[in-house]
Amino acid sequence: MEHAHHVEHPDMYDEESSKIGMWLFIFTELLLFGALFVVYAVYRYMNPDAFHLAAEELNRTIGTVNTLILLISSMTIAMSTTALRKGHRKTAITLVVVTFLIGLAFLVNKYFEWGVKFSHGIWPGSEHMLNEMSQGEILFFGLYFVMTGLHALHIVIGMGIMVFAIRGLANGKVKVERPSLLDNCGLYWHLVDLIWIFLFPLFYLIH
Amino acid sequence: MSEEKHHIVPYRLYFIILIALIALTMGSVWITSIEMAEYTVAAALLFAVVKSYLVLTYFMHLKYDKRYIKIMVGFVFAIFLVVIIITFLDYLFR
Repeated sequence: MEHAHHVEHPDMYDEESSKIGMWLFIFTELLLFGALFVVYAVYRYMNPDAFHLAAEELNRTIGTVNTLILLISSMTIAMSTTALRKGHRKTAITLVVVTFLIGLAFLVNKYFEWGVKFSHGIWPGSEHMLNEMSQGEILFFGLYFVMTGLHALHIVIGMGIMVFAIRGLANGKVKVERPSLLDNCGLYWHLVDLIWIFLFPLFYLIH
Repeated sequence: MSEEKHHIVPYRLYFIILIALIALTMGSVWITSIEMAEYTVAAALLFAVVKSYLVLTYFMHLKYDKRYIKIMVGFVFAIFLVVIIITFLDYLFR
């Protein structure tokens, strides 16, 4: 019964394999950020006071707003997979577009947040950092820029995948029987959310 | 098409999870504003772990996935935990 079913898909589409492939990729991402979290943990352990002092410089409010923004966007893209399965293609497209726009709002916030740091003379290798900051503070801001920067890069990539998902939904290549592109786009976006869930307390909430 | 392979998660459930995640975020902001010295980080991380559990289980569909996928995900987090523990054993006892 099930064997006959496979003959209908000469292009070998297999939803479960697509999902496993995506998860394997997500594992590599988790270990990439995981290594950075280990580096953070060790340097924080070695420079507790400097990390406290440096974290004062970060804006708690903007961090909280960006956390809420990402959580909401995770819900909208999860809802789009439900919409697709219910056969509501237009709702699915709208929800992915909304997610894309919320991702853009996150980047705009990040732009202003980094802008404030730059105007205070804080960027990797800046004179202010090298002359007036302790080793621990330099490490904190180094990790801050690398980790939030790498995370922002993932936001941009996630938004790029959304463009393909929207195109697929619009031209009918992504449909109820072939939802993998949208599902995997969602998984990737949730990964981005997941990483931020740990970045937020470690950088913004420790003082 | 003989069986419904996919569990369709209702919109309402996603919304409830979002509310829970927002509440936990506010909880973590609140708890870290109290002076608790070294427990602040532990408290913040505890909230983050609960939040990531909700994201993995519901948003990332693990609740409705096959068992081997859940085991694989659990395995990766276990590896990460082991790396952290070994690193700190090294730093604490060197």
